[in-house]
Amino acid sequence: MNKNMIIRGALLGLMLACAGSGAVAQELYGTLKKIKDSGTIIIGHNEDSPPFASFDAAGKPQGYSIDICNKIAEAVKAELKMDNLTVKFQAVNGQTRTPLLINGTVDLVCATTTNTFSRQKQLDFLNTMFVTGNRLLVKKDSGIKEIEDLKGKVVSANQGTTNEKVLNELNQKLNLGIKVLSTKDQPQAWAALESDRTDAHMTDAVVEYGLIAKAKNPALYMVTGRLLSFDPYAIVIRRDDSAFRSLGNKVLADLYRSGEWEKIYTKWMSTIGQPLDADLKLLMSMQNYPD
Amino acid sequence: MRYNWNWSVLFADPYFGWILSGLGWTFLVSICAWIIGLTLGSVIGTMRTLPSKTARTVAAIYVEVFRNVPLLVQIFLFYFVLPELLPREIGRWLKRDLPHPEFTMAVISLGLYTACRVAEQLRAGIVTAGKGQANAGLATGLTTAQVYRLILLPLAYRLTIPALTNEFLNVFKNSSLALTIGVLELTARTRAVADYTSQSIEAFAAASLIYATISFSISGLMRLVEKRARLPGTLAAGSR
Repeated sequence: MNKNMIIRGALLGLMLACAGSGAVAQELYGTLKKIKDSGTIIIGHNEDSPPFASFDAAGKPQGYSIDICNKIAEAVKAELKMDNLTVKFQAVNGQTRTPLLINGTVDLVCATTTNTFSRQKQLDFLNTMFVTGNRLLVKKDSGIKEIEDLKGKVVSANQGTTNEKVLNELNQKLNLGIKVLSTKDQPQAWAALESDRTDAHMTDAVVEYGLIAKAKNPALYMVTGRLLSFDPYAIVIRRDDSAFRSLGNKVLADLYRSGEWEKIYTKWMSTIGQPLDADLKLLMSMQNYPD
Repeated sequence: MRYNWNWSVLFADPYFGWILSGLGWTFLVSICAWIIGLTLGSVIGTMRTLPSKTARTVAAIYVEVFRNVPLLVQIFLFYFVLPELLPREIGRWLKRDLPHPEFTMAVISLGLYTACRVAEQLRAGIVTAGKGQANAGLATGLTTAQVYRLILLPLAYRLTIPALTNEFLNVFKNSSLALTIGVLELTARTRAVADYTSQSIEAFAAASLIYATISFSISGLMRLVEKRARLPGTLAAGSR
């Protein structure tokens, strides 16, 4: 009996010691380990997606997505206790995003990437940081109100985007006979609309407001029609890295909870005349999981 | 940090269909552009060697302009700028009523660009064929047109087959620039597959393999043509 208790006690002590040491020096893995080892966090970003990610006058990346990623970089710095953590930026796009993330050139991607299940087979996403959807960008005098008005017209959508996919699907489903012009990027789509080559451009509503805000004569254009898709934007990270994901999600939750997110929203979305609406605020507040 | 290889995505619906249709457009753009390039290039190349100074100058200007402006810029100028410079009605017709405006404009600009390169190859061929041949022809009472049609051009084409093969291959590779104005050819489709599925490496590997296969097939085919077209006693055959 006595002997047994001693053994039990010793075992218990051993277990506690193991658990204790485990908690003190938790084994780092994945992205956090890579950052710790290299002393650098590399943020992948879009170049031409204001107000989410673009360059400021000095050539430094700036925008809504960039602000959020900078917060994540700060949190990583605190978590790893690395005061001299270097934050680097690297431009990526829809085609280079995956290989650069997987081969370790970038650690996270801050852009306007829609979280989709097809992409989740290869990548992982943090919680939603913005929600938008497809609507139509048209000239005010075109008489176009809804997608049904586009019968037989020419509509652009950017190559390889979820917008193009939605346009092609609706075109078929509603039997509209739309002629689709697959534009290379937003400036080209804008040029096509401005020069009357197309009747409408289909992309995320928030991007359309941004395009109008930059126009020579913004009064000529409008965003119209119902929401044709649901596009939750999220920061992209490598798969199977729950430690890094939960760190990122905690940063987001803290931003939503503290009200700091509203400041970031207002700072960037006021540049395209988009006040924060109650729906979006509610959606975001649903993600502020407790600490 | 691991990549989830998934080659089957290339054969999945709808991606396989996209790649096939992209391949179809690549062939269509390239072959149409090559027809323009070879025809117009032959005319310009011949003009560069004619006795007439006007013809030579016109051809030289053409070559200089189209050779010195990057192809990407040319495509952009043809597609976006040209319709705005023309009278309103014609511009509108180009933008709206022209059948397949993106395809047509891509073929025209790629064709005109290729023409200037073919012209230079052919000019070199005619010069190599030699003044001696031309003079001999003229001395036997042939007209200049006959000298070109019967002596210089047949020789020049034979001599330039390797260079022209190279240009033909270039047309295929250059055709990928058509994606910048919205032609959904092979590269554009590959990019779309990469973005939709995030299986970028598989998509681009497939595209590389397809382009390489096209190149190998064409050079193999042209080697046969070269063999059949060789004339005994001419420079090309003599150098072997």
